Amino acid sequence: MPVKDYIRERFFPHLWCPGCGHGIVMNALIRAIEALGLSKNEIVMVSGIGCSSRISGYLDFHTLHTIHGRALAFATGVKMGLPELNIIVPMGDGDALAIGGNHFIHAARRNIEMTAIIMNNRIYGMTGGQYSPLSGYGTLATTAPYMNIDHAFDVVQLSIAAGATFVARTTTYHVQQMTDCFKKAILHEGFSVVEVLSQCPTYFGRKNKMGSAADMMAFYRDHTTPIGSKKKKENPDLIERGIFVQKDLPEYCRAYDTVIERAKGKGQKG
Amino acid sequence: MKDNIKFVQGNEACVEGALYAGLDFFAGYPITPSTEIAEHLSYRLPQSGGKFIQMEDEIASMCAIIGASLTGHKVMTATSGPGFSLMQEALGYAIMTEIPCVIVDVQRGGPSTGLPTSVSQGDVNQARWGAHGDHAVIALTASNHQDIFAITVEAFNLAETYRTPVILLFDEVTGHMRERLVVPEEGEIPLVGRLRTSVPEGVDYHPYLPREDGRLPMSDFGGVHRYNVTGLFHDMWGFPSNNPGVVQGLLRHLMDKINNNAHQIARYNEYFVEDAQVLLISYGSAARSALHVVQNRRPRGERVGLLELQTLWPFPVDLVRERCRAPEIVMVVEMNMGQVLQAVKLGVDDPEKVFLANRIDGSLITPTDIRNILRVIQGKGV
Ligand SMILES: Cc1ncc(C[n+]2csc(CCOP(=O)(O)OP(=O)(O)O)c2C)c(N)n1
Ligand code: SF4
Repeated sequence: MPVKDYIRERFFPHLWCPGCGHGIVMNALIRAIEALGLSKNEIVMVSGIGCSSRISGYLDFHTLHTIHGRALAFATGVKMGLPELNIIVPMGDGDALAIGGNHFIHAARRNIEMTAIIMNNRIYGMTGGQYSPLSGYGTLATTAPYMNIDHAFDVVQLSIAAGATFVARTTTYHVQQMTDCFKKAILHEGFSVVEVLSQCPTYFGRKNKMGSAADMMAFYRDHTTPIGSKKKKENPDLIERGIFVQKDLPEYCRAYDTVIERAKGKGQKG
Repeated sequence: MKDNIKFVQGNEACVEGALYAGLDFFAGYPITPSTEIAEHLSYRLPQSGGKFIQMEDEIASMCAIIGASLTGHKVMTATSGPGFSLMQEALGYAIMTEIPCVIVDVQRGGPSTGLPTSVSQGDVNQARWGAHGDHAVIALTASNHQDIFAITVEAFNLAETYRTPVILLFDEVTGHMRERLVVPEEGEIPLVGRLRTSVPEGVDYHPYLPREDGRLPMSDFGGVHRYNVTGLFHDMWGFPSNNPGVVQGLLRHLMDKINNNAHQIARYNEYFVEDAQVLLISYGSAARSALHVVQNRRPRGERVGLLELQTLWPFPVDLVRERCRAPEIVMVVEMNMGQVLQAVKLGVDDPEKVFLANRIDGSLITPTDIRNILRVIQGKGV
């Protein structure tokens, strides 16, 4: 199916700035879904609030655009109501890990089958450039005019510690890898996390003198490296890309079927 | 004892009512004095193939039930004041997106952590105005277990009829007290199922296009129709819009569908109201004491009556105005600083004759309290 068939043209023009990474993420996601041969009816997209969360409106799936930070909590109810569907939850770094951080770690801990995409632009785009929990020490933001002294999360480490059974990281420069990560994440039977470093030239880029969108993508090219590469050993500051975790653990909705079986056995005994 | 006669807590009566109404998904977070609802449902729901989940907080609980409702389930959450505060943003979302759900608030003393194990009726206005922005809500209550059962069923029926969240405002006393409950036979109380669209697969379905009767048929999310749901102002497709006509139209629709049906939504009990010189207006556990006063004074020839409200919001203003016309004294009996009192005063022709009998110390207001306050108002001294 051509890419445009996945898109709700009625929603266009989109609200993203020129050069914003979020459109690249949307493109890679469509290509992953297309490659998997999933029908539009098999996909539910649940999102919160932010520039990144707007993806849900633009795509012709079952789409639920909710409130800031709570997408995974809504998605949990949707998934338990409809265990057979594929749930994809696109989130910004603030949406997923500031206001939504608690829901994130608990969804990961439950290992409920859904794909959390964290579009990490290290800033609050939608509200105009305030620092996020991913901005990192020493960065600048509209609410950190002198310097940000908050330390950043490592999304991959956080996800692993919280119990996610699929964890990957990629960037908007590495679209092939991104598509591949999405494909595997969607197929994964459990809670999957894909962190995508996605540029916000308008706020993070401008505030931190990162140059144009293309410059920011070149930065992703030059400052990341495949997991366990030789380059990483030589330069520990490089950010690793790839699939960090992919393991099988009981999935929440399937485990709940066991609960129902047990309860029914008990119910009959009185 | 027959199988359907039980001796239970009010919280269990609520559970029984919810299951009778077809509840099959519950998400919650423990909090006194509502916890028994979650505990019982964790046991009961999976026995009939339903699902229970304990979420990480009340925000998540409220969000999860909205998600599950959209996929076609009958859903509920239960909490008390602090948790009810956390639910407000998502409650507003359910109002805006017109997703049926039932929220139980077993009230305790507030503000803040307040009095976890004591009674209060302090959340009446929070139920009305807790969520931001203009909106309308349905909030119901009851004073005994048989009524708690019935009003819980009613909450599910109204949630489906009006595609809206319905709040059940119980309180610590009715929630924890044990009393007899007779569970009605199947079919005894009519149930309102989800109104689903007749639009076939492949044909455009408008999730937010009301029918002629004002109701909006739903299509189970994830089913044959793909559509968008958003908390932004939206058009009949569910697509965001800031067109002034669309915005005003939606807001009016959200208000009107409830406020214009206040009469149909009004549930109440009346005791000796017809010739009452003193009319007590009360609800929830306070109404038990008020009823006691009425039953006690009538044989002594005192013309005291009770209007027990079960629908608090939309406030049954026509009913209250009418019933308050003849009595010389109207006394609102409640366990807060006068939250229903305000609504009564606003509604009646003659607000000067409306008084408050309350207790705000975490204790149940007693018949003696009510009697004493009445005597003061009547100039008889205590
Ligand atoms: C409860 C609540 N608090 C604050 C906001 C305002 N708000 C909207 S989006 C946003 C942050 C967006 O940043 P992020 O999630 O990183 O996504 P981005 O826009 O950068 O893609 C904030 C703070 C809100 N909508 N709701
Ligand atoms: S503000 Fe940043 S994140 Fe938002 S659309 Fe613009 S570039 Fe993208």
